[in-house]
Amino acid sequence: MERSYEKYFRQNRLPHLWCPGCGNGIAMKAIVKAIEMKGLDQNKTVIVSGIGCSSRASGYMDFDTVHTAHGRAIPFATGIKMANPELNVIVITGDGDCTAIGGNHFIHGCRRNVDLTVILFDNNIYGMTGGQASPMTPTGKKATTAPYGAVDHAFDACKLAEAAGATYVARSTAYHVQHLTDLIAKGMDNKGFSFIEAMVQCPTSFGRKNKMADPAAMMMWMRDNAVMKAAWDKLPEEKKTGDKFPIGVLYEASDIDYATAYDHVIDLAGGAGK
Amino acid sequence: MNSEITIKLPRCKGCGICVAFCPKKVLAIDELGKVIIVNPEACIACGQCELRCPDYAIFVDKKVEK
Repeated sequence: MERSYEKYFRQNRLPHLWCPGCGNGIAMKAIVKAIEMKGLDQNKTVIVSGIGCSSRASGYMDFDTVHTAHGRAIPFATGIKMANPELNVIVITGDGDCTAIGGNHFIHGCRRNVDLTVILFDNNIYGMTGGQASPMTPTGKKATTAPYGAVDHAFDACKLAEAAGATYVARSTAYHVQHLTDLIAKGMDNKGFSFIEAMVQCPTSFGRKNKMADPAAMMMWMRDNAVMKAAWDKLPEEKKTGDKFPIGVLYEASDIDYATAYDHVIDLAGGAGK
Repeated sequence: MNSEITIKLPRCKGCGICVAFCPKKVLAIDELGKVIIVNPEACIACGQCELRCPDYAIFVDKKVEK
């Protein structure tokens, strides 16, 4: 039976170009399912993406889509949202796109609390360009530019977003598809900057270098190492070691969003342009 | 067989995620590197394969008694 979410895909563009076993496809399906769950109007939803494997997703999704400059998805999305606040703006970005090239745009998007839903596909590596280490490659993991293991400490994008002022921060994985879908849907409800980190597997560039070339094995790694937030909080510090990481809604706050704050400024200035 | 498995073969890239997560060993990868149904009778329509297929190539429906 044909699935109802298929209408959100550009059928003539499928199958997508991602490698066999790539988790981006799973995360993309989670996004369209969340959109369907929330009943967002296809003509009032804009998908903005940067550059990278993850950002190819905008090309497969049948909405108004913008495939923008590297790292600059959030500034483009901010512009779209400010010009037309009634649109639902969803940003798809990757770990390199969001935390390296677009790192500054990311924190300032959080700081302004623009009403966007940002989904970061975290595959721990620059997949498309040949497997270079990204700021989210875990320390000690191998990449083509780190043949003896990455020396740098990895960014925790969720902590970064929280510290910078995002009002909804969550993390899930490609294994926890339903959980990821729910978290994205919840992020769409939040009026403010919603940041969802979706851990996805990259068997081709990251897995092959790190003795996990099997995509199913990478997903089982996610299953075995992800700890729900409630359980994570109860976990003693000495057990939070190794590869374990928390998933779920990691931070929630309420604050005025940028479009509303800007409306106040317009009123103060005499209401010109209204 | 109380389930109906639909495979969109042109979309399948043979990554083996569905095969690995099938609890009843219904699926396998054939010599051409695509998914095949080897044991349809065992399918319990849990939908694990459909849920995690990154290429939207496999769909499982529970057969409804008519």
